[in-house]
Amino acid sequence: MAAIRIFARHMAVFRKIWFTNIMFNFIEPLLYLTAMGYGLGTFVQDMEGMTYLQYIAPGMVASSAMFAASFECTYGSFIRLHYQKTFQAMLAGPVTVRDIVAGDIMYATFKSMVFGLVILTVISGLGQVQSWWALFIPLFLVIPGLTFSLLAICYTGITANIDNFNYYITLFLTPAYLFSGVFFPINSMPGWVEVVAWINPIFHSVEVCRAMALGNINPGLLVHAGVLALFAMVLMPLAVRLMTKRLIV
Amino acid sequence: MNTTVVRAENLGKTYGDFRALKGISFSIDAGDCFGFLGHNGAGKTTTMRMMYGMSTVEEGGLWLFDESFRLTPPSIKARLGVVSQEDNLDDDLNVIENLEVYGIIYGLTRAESRVRGKDLLVFMGLEDKENSSIESLSGGLKRRLVIARALINHPDIVILDEPTTGLDPQARHLVWQKLRSLKAEGVTLIMTTHYMEEAVQLCDSLVVMHEGSILAKGSPQYLIATYVRPYAIEVHLPLSQVPEGLADKVTAEGGEVIRVLDSLFLYADDGEKLWNSLEGWGVPKYACLLRPSNLEDVFLKLTGMGEDA
Ligand SMILES: Nc1ncnc2c1ncn2[C@@H]1O[C@H](COP(=O)(O)OP(=O)(O)OP(=O)(O)O)[C@@H](O)[C@H]1O
Ligand SMILES: [Mg+2]
Repeated sequence: MAAIRIFARHMAVFRKIWFTNIMFNFIEPLLYLTAMGYGLGTFVQDMEGMTYLQYIAPGMVASSAMFAASFECTYGSFIRLHYQKTFQAMLAGPVTVRDIVAGDIMYATFKSMVFGLVILTVISGLGQVQSWWALFIPLFLVIPGLTFSLLAICYTGITANIDNFNYYITLFLTPAYLFSGVFFPINSMPGWVEVVAWINPIFHSVEVCRAMALGNINPGLLVHAGVLALFAMVLMPLAVRLMTKRLIV
Repeated sequence: MNTTVVRAENLGKTYGDFRALKGISFSIDAGDCFGFLGHNGAGKTTTMRMMYGMSTVEEGGLWLFDESFRLTPPSIKARLGVVSQEDNLDDDLNVIENLEVYGIIYGLTRAESRVRGKDLLVFMGLEDKENSSIESLSGGLKRRLVIARALINHPDIVILDEPTTGLDPQARHLVWQKLRSLKAEGVTLIMTTHYMEEAVQLCDSLVVMHEGSILAKGSPQYLIATYVRPYAIEVHLPLSQVPEGLADKVTAEGGEVIRVLDSLFLYADDGEKLWNSLEGWGVPKYACLLRPSNLEDVFLKLTGMGEDA
């Protein structure tokens, strides 16, 4: 597992930047939480038996984990591939493209867990977590972390220009986030939206996080986790293929 | 010690519909310093990249340590050190961390890697830069760090793609000296360079490449003895002031003439004799320089940069 060594490189960087990185990244979910939860929440009476803040808080955990993984494997990976040529430098060593991809998604997944954990701590502090099951949320976040980092690195593999990540964010991540059940239940939407939600990875992640925060454990959660895991398994070979094309000529 | 560590047979490479490498063959002995010379675009980097696993072998064959492959496997890469043409240091890490992390990629522990890294910083004269950021290093210091990094795993073969491009003369001599000491330890060096002096100083054997082909191979001495006359006279006169028929006269005396941009290079077996004839042919001596022929002459002649006058 040479990927561990690539991961070690990323962790050497993380040790230097973690503080500013976390400080900067947890502001945004906190803003949403206050604006939506306290602001909008005053006008919303009851969400499936919860206050609005209670309803959206676990979604903030899932979504900040999603953004962390996505940013790392879009901008982060692209910089390593295209500008800093870190991938090329590592590839001259005894590793394969698969190791490099695996090392990157391990790191992105790790970061997504860390950011999820930070937001989880915040919402617990705000009293928005009802169950000890929530302790398993960071562990669960590994699965969507892999899915989102793989999706992102696949996009990175076909992107020639760093500006193109705007499209990934505005045309994919943001809509996926808005229609994921973070802010309102998907079943309040037309039927086809509900169908589309099943291929929306963040929907599955939000469902599991919310259920765990509420202690509402049921077998359906395994289905959500399974769908995410399936995405990850399908995407891994694709990511390796696309990166091979970029690195080896 | 004549084991072959690298062998290429009709090695070719095509990018899209451009044939960058047209089937070259060569072999490199263990412990040698082997050089690749050639103009920009000759195919040197293309060849290097196939050796160190950044490019696939699709035409012909390539063997490293007697193993042939399509893409250099990690087990072989573990025995190589690579100085690529572009500096790809890790900007997210400082100088010593760059070495430390790179050692870890080769399977060293963090502690081993740090110790080795510090030794290498001393070896390359970078010890006072240990904690500097990569950004703060000058081009030449970066190059030296890339070389240091390539040695972290005690490689059997070090591949150096233009190791001294951008270095000042002192730094270049320092690198030469280090490369010689590596060679003395039995490390095989494979390098490309645009500096003929460097090739003469370091290489036991070299190939001259041109547009994807090898034009000549051998030791620098062999190439000089084989491809050019022993003496060269450089004539630095505007072509309009060169007397009519000079080329013919030189040729008639058994010499050779090539034109290098705005200068004429005359070659002869007896340099003194040709030198003494020049004044009589109307060529002022202040514009001329007599010297022994060197590798540069071989290069100019073979690669057609010097056109026949
Ligand atoms: N990835 C690529 N795609 C298309 N053409 C390429 C690619 N890499 C190299 N080439 C072309 O192949 C030829 C050989 O390039 P190469 O980099 O091997 O030259 P070189 O001898 O190293 O030159 P230099 O002295 O400038 O470094 C050049 O014409 C170059 O433009
Ligand atoms: Mg080159």
